[in-house]
Amino acid sequence: MLELANIRKVFNQGQHNEYWALKGIDLEIPPAQVSVLKGPSGSGKTTLLTILGCLARPTEGRVRLNREDISGLPERFLTEIRRRTFGFIFQQFNLIRGLSAVENIILPGYPGGTPRAQLLARAEALLADLQLAHRRDAKVEWLSGGEQQRVAICRALINDPEILVADEPTANLDSKLSAEFLLILHRLAESGRTVILTSHDPLVVESAVVDRVYSLRDGLLIEVQHARRAAP
Amino acid sequence: MKPWIEKQHHLIDFTAQSLARRKGKSLGLLVVYTLLVFVLASVSLYTHALRNEATRILAGTPEIVLQRLIAGRHDLVPPGYVERIGRIRGVQKIEGRLWGYYYDSVLKANYTFMVAADREIAPGEIVVGPALERTRGLSEGNGISFRSYSGELHTFIAAEVLPHESELVSADLVLMNEADFRRFFAYPAGHYTDVALWVANPLEVRNVGVKLLDALPDSRPILREEVLRTYASIFDWREGMMLALLSAAILAFGIFAWEKAAGLSAEEKREIGILKAIGWETGDVIAMKFWEGFLVSLLAFLIGYVTAYLHVFHFEFTLFAPVLKGWAVLYPSFALTPQIDGLQVATLFVFTVLPYTAATLVPIWRAATTDPDTVMRS
Ligand SMILES: Nc1ncnc2c1ncn2[C@@H]1O[C@H](COP(=O)(O)OP(=O)(O)OP(=O)(O)O)[C@@H](O)[C@H]1O
Ligand SMILES: [Mg+2]
Repeated sequence: MLELANIRKVFNQGQHNEYWALKGIDLEIPPAQVSVLKGPSGSGKTTLLTILGCLARPTEGRVRLNREDISGLPERFLTEIRRRTFGFIFQQFNLIRGLSAVENIILPGYPGGTPRAQLLARAEALLADLQLAHRRDAKVEWLSGGEQQRVAICRALINDPEILVADEPTANLDSKLSAEFLLILHRLAESGRTVILTSHDPLVVESAVVDRVYSLRDGLLIEVQHARRAAP
Repeated sequence: MKPWIEKQHHLIDFTAQSLARRKGKSLGLLVVYTLLVFVLASVSLYTHALRNEATRILAGTPEIVLQRLIAGRHDLVPPGYVERIGRIRGVQKIEGRLWGYYYDSVLKANYTFMVAADREIAPGEIVVGPALERTRGLSEGNGISFRSYSGELHTFIAAEVLPHESELVSADLVLMNEADFRRFFAYPAGHYTDVALWVANPLEVRNVGVKLLDALPDSRPILREEVLRTYASIFDWREGMMLALLSAAILAFGIFAWEKAAGLSAEEKREIGILKAIGWETGDVIAMKFWEGFLVSLLAFLIGYVTAYLHVFHFEFTLFAPVLKGWAVLYPSFALTPQIDGLQVATLFVFTVLPYTAATLVPIWRAATTDPDTVMRS
């Protein structure tokens, strides 16, 4: 469970272009559910997501992970938590070109020192699960958009994270692929993972897989919608 | 400990893959770097071997060589001269020496003819250096004729060929017995070429020299320590020249390395951002880049050093010989005894691998400490 208390975030503090992207946000992300942050462009979705995923620190306020305050931890510990607890899927997929699908997938496992054979076994299981086993050794730049995203999902899952974080995951996908992606998220949430995404894609926001929608505007949380989970 | 090793293993894997992915850049760097090590190691190996060789040769020579001068020029030592030196305190042994040069018009080469003091050679026999074995096809038991300066032919049997290890001193040597030597050169009886004096105590050498000048005002004592000093200063001067040239090369390389490393491509920066976002620590990224710099420089060091070794000891320092021509005056042509000095290797390693590895780390530090959230905004 992730909780934010009075989160504020400023960019370029003290300079002429000082900008408060988040102006005091309190929210709770329920475990094993799919939560979506929505709002107009520039409303602070990505900023909030980076704070939820421990990629950035808030200027003010507290972040609690499973009741433990993690906002004051030094970078090393934060990175450790990020690696163990979070998996990330980026809008541009952010795969490393020139490496094969499977090499990309096991990258987050390197710092932990897990033996390579073990990482490969896990990666292959994930690839099989997402029907991508046949593309195991293909260089990622040769994969289609949908395939790249599935590689990115595998990479996000390699350290078996509790929470999956995705920024605009469907922005580069057509509606068929988007629907497939949402199905995958649904399965992940059912198997106990917490999923957080940002999106202004109505297909995502209105999808039946989504349990909660947080609406942002100008750095403030203006509405939280609960949905009853139903099969999509 | 185990995960730490496993992690370094992963990082090295990743680095090796990165180098392979950026073939052009990696290869260019490797070539330039290897070249630098090659030049440095060549000069260093060469001067070192030469110095050792010179020291070894001089170690066997007498402390003082006495020449007789007439009108300021080296002349034969007349009979009775050695006796006139008499007993000087501290001198262990006095010996009149016989040696001279012989020009072989067949090969257009100079040989050094010499009477061996420390061995008996039968009349009509000679002991030759390896150069003669090579160039005149001489081997043990063969005969060879030399035409003396008076015009008559003298035939000798080669009784033995000197070992190759001592080639620098003995390559062109022809040893024979005294009677043969005097007959061949028509050397006046009782005369010698010069006089060798062995002095046991190094502190006495200078004294003995002064006494020699007192007793024989027409003589010139040449002290070994002075010869050594002259050699040393020639070596030092040459080496200094080379080092000045090389420091320019190193500087250029430093700038090159800095450029390469500092100019992290956008692609590399993006990759570092991705790695940080997916849970790599700053330290992991730096360690990865450290391995990159280390692998490149280690590889360059090994290739450069091995080629330098071959260059110096198997190809006679061909590439740089013209630069160091001065040394060739001392020793016309010879192969150096291969040798590697641990300290020298270590010095070279420290001066090439460390600066490069360090130079790659500085810009990485900046890239690696960027916030992981920047990836979200690319
Ligand atoms: N590093 C930064 N420096 C300065 N301003 C920033 C920085 N990052 C974000 N901002 C600003 O903060 C505000 C919120 O940005 P954010 O990326 O969170 O918006 P968003 O809701 O994700 O928008 P979009 O839907 O376009 O992705 C924007 O006005 C943006 O310009
Ligand atoms: Mg955004």
